[in-house]
Amino acid sequence: MSPTSSPVRRQLHPPPVPASPFPYHPGSLLSASDLSLDGISHILTRATVLENQDPLTRDRILAKRRVALLFYESSTRTRTSFELAAKGLGADTTLVSSLSSSIEKGESLKDTGLTLRALGAEAIILRHNSSGAAWLLEAETRLPVLNAGDGMHEHPTQALLDLRTILAHLRPGTEAVNAETLAGVTVSIAGDILHSRVARSNMLLLPRLGARVLLCGPKELLPDLAAKAGPGIAIERDFEAALPQSQAVMMLRIQAERLAGLQLDLEEYKASYQLTGQRLARHAPAAIVLHPGPIIRGLEVTAGVADGPQSVILEQVRNGVAIRMAVVERALLAETGNGGRA
Amino acid sequence: MTALVIRGGHLIDPAAGVDAAKDILLKDGRVAEIAAPGKLKSANGAEVLDATGLTVTPGLVDIHVHLREPGQGYKETIATGTAAAAAGGFTAVAAMPNTLPVNDSPEITRWMQAPERGASIRVFPIAAATRGSKGEAINDYAALKSAGAVAVTDDGHPILKDSVMREVLAAAARVGLSVIQHAEDTRLTQFAGGVASMNLGPVSFRLGLRGMPAEAESGLVERDIRLVTELRDTRAHLHVAHISTAAAVAAVRQARRNGLRVTCEVAPHHFLLSEEHVGLYDTNAKMNPPLRSAADRVAMIEAILDGVVDAIATDHAPHAVHEKEVEFENAPNGITGLETALGLCLRWLHGEWKMPLGRVLSLLSAQPAALLGMKGRGTLIVGSFADAVIFDPKAEWTYRAHETRSKSRNTPFDGWTMQGKVRWTVAEGRVVYSNPAES
Repeated sequence: MSPTSSPVRRQLHPPPVPASPFPYHPGSLLSASDLSLDGISHILTRATVLENQDPLTRDRILAKRRVALLFYESSTRTRTSFELAAKGLGADTTLVSSLSSSIEKGESLKDTGLTLRALGAEAIILRHNSSGAAWLLEAETRLPVLNAGDGMHEHPTQALLDLRTILAHLRPGTEAVNAETLAGVTVSIAGDILHSRVARSNMLLLPRLGARVLLCGPKELLPDLAAKAGPGIAIERDFEAALPQSQAVMMLRIQAERLAGLQLDLEEYKASYQLTGQRLARHAPAAIVLHPGPIIRGLEVTAGVADGPQSVILEQVRNGVAIRMAVVERALLAETGNGGRA
Repeated sequence: MTALVIRGGHLIDPAAGVDAAKDILLKDGRVAEIAAPGKLKSANGAEVLDATGLTVTPGLVDIHVHLREPGQGYKETIATGTAAAAAGGFTAVAAMPNTLPVNDSPEITRWMQAPERGASIRVFPIAAATRGSKGEAINDYAALKSAGAVAVTDDGHPILKDSVMREVLAAAARVGLSVIQHAEDTRLTQFAGGVASMNLGPVSFRLGLRGMPAEAESGLVERDIRLVTELRDTRAHLHVAHISTAAAVAAVRQARRNGLRVTCEVAPHHFLLSEEHVGLYDTNAKMNPPLRSAADRVAMIEAILDGVVDAIATDHAPHAVHEKEVEFENAPNGITGLETALGLCLRWLHGEWKMPLGRVLSLLSAQPAALLGMKGRGTLIVGSFADAVIFDPKAEWTYRAHETRSKSRNTPFDGWTMQGKVRWTVAEGRVVYSNPAES
């Protein structure tokens, strides 16, 4: 066999990657990147309207509609706020969690989803420990699926509530967003980026509004290739160099449950990346401090910072209910040819 | 006494250097005579296959398939797997030992070849290199070879210990068996909390999936080549299964320059698809080794074109539908491949990337047969086995997974356009697949 002798290197064009069929349902929210800028604006606008609406009229919007919460992982904020959001619009909710259901007996995600659909669920809010689970559930049920966190992948409603929080402080009064809304804003995300679905959703969402996302963390928790995840993303391993550039600082917990044998020197980690009152005062005295929770006080942030004047952590939680009302409403009122209310 | 004439076709037999119109007489399972069109001397009374306008070539040989028997008949049986192989133009397959139980004994090796299995083509078992594929105690290679095994491997449980791999290579060389390694340093791909499920890179980061670094493959290939170098005088043969990374191919290329007996195979999905094809968690794009980077994919094509690759092998790995309809991380590795290999190779290697047809067919028959010492296969010279595939090189068709003869349909090539339609597959003189053109 002689080698090919062609002097011109031939073009080895590959077969094309097929277009994604997701989301199947226009009411689904699987990824932060599923939303257009108009779609984001709509959710932000509706969040404000619904938040301000009289609860006695608001609960007619989805009166007696059925929403299932399917949770394979523990959750306080996300579960409660989705539940309060759906109930606030008048929907009936039911919670299925992995520890008190047939999931324990080995029922698959597909069968669990089909069962919930047969029981009349019109939308499913899913928290799952495997990346991509929300896509599987949507493909199998064709219901609107709201991704409430899939493994290490995405948590789009968290990114939306973070956005609402950031806008309230840096661009007060803004609801209709465009590609320049956050121009000139740098948001630093610090900590365990590798295992964080919050980081991934924010990395996809914020740059589309013009923000720059600066990722901070040690190599074990922040591989170099994270910078290639999308436009507007850069890595700055020196936390104290990132802070002065930032108008918002998002601190992340080290996800001990996902470290998979990785050994970390926590003292060393804290020395480099803990957000202390001193660090904040010296390097970012005007920035807001966000944290998606749960907080491990004394590890990624000190108690003083978590409770301090720059912290907007509890505002984030409050914004979660408003954003999730808008997202649940969108799920059940989206125009659709299939999978809607029978 | 059965006789069959393949008349009017164009014979391409790369091993024999034939590329011409020929009539072929098959008799008693062997090639009896080859002659210019209309010139066969002793074809009277034979059944005739009219191959006018068709290409006739030695039956294809796939040296890497999983037939799932014994033990996992719900995924595939030897009967269904070989039926799918016949439909794809294959007349011989080498079956991997990761069955239940593992094929680490002459008894299982013989059981797989028994007529009761209902194979429509020839099955060559590949036996486990170590007992239970646990990477410790070495099996009795002489006994396995006399039972019909053509190579040894621990396949999905790569042999990591240097001392064991050295002994495996030396022991196999003593009895003239090849050692096949699924090159994956599992210390880099398996973690306390789970197993990596795709190639490590920007896509795995974006999808939140743990990744398998390219070094897990290339590092083990380099280690194995080092061992073969040490054993140079023994004529040890290392065959790298389903090679997928540019770095591993570079190591094989260098080993060959150094005169070592190191060979490799590439699967169609590794020269056609890249990690982007995982899309949004398509479990039919999950296999091991995983779909790699775009640069790795191009390196596979270049290695095929420049002759470093010795065989196209499918790594046909059937799994039941319910096993693939799960979370990506929980889905088993593997895709089917026997029915799509020829159509994809003709369309892409020959059609798009202009590899001469004879070379493409050689990678699918003559070279893999020679690689594992399958005597009388991979060629149609007089006296060899009457293994042939007759296909229409001009026919374009669409592959439909639900029409498969396999028990499983886990393929990323559902709906893909294929080039070259198999009309007949003949195995040891019997027509084992036929799909004549509608007239």
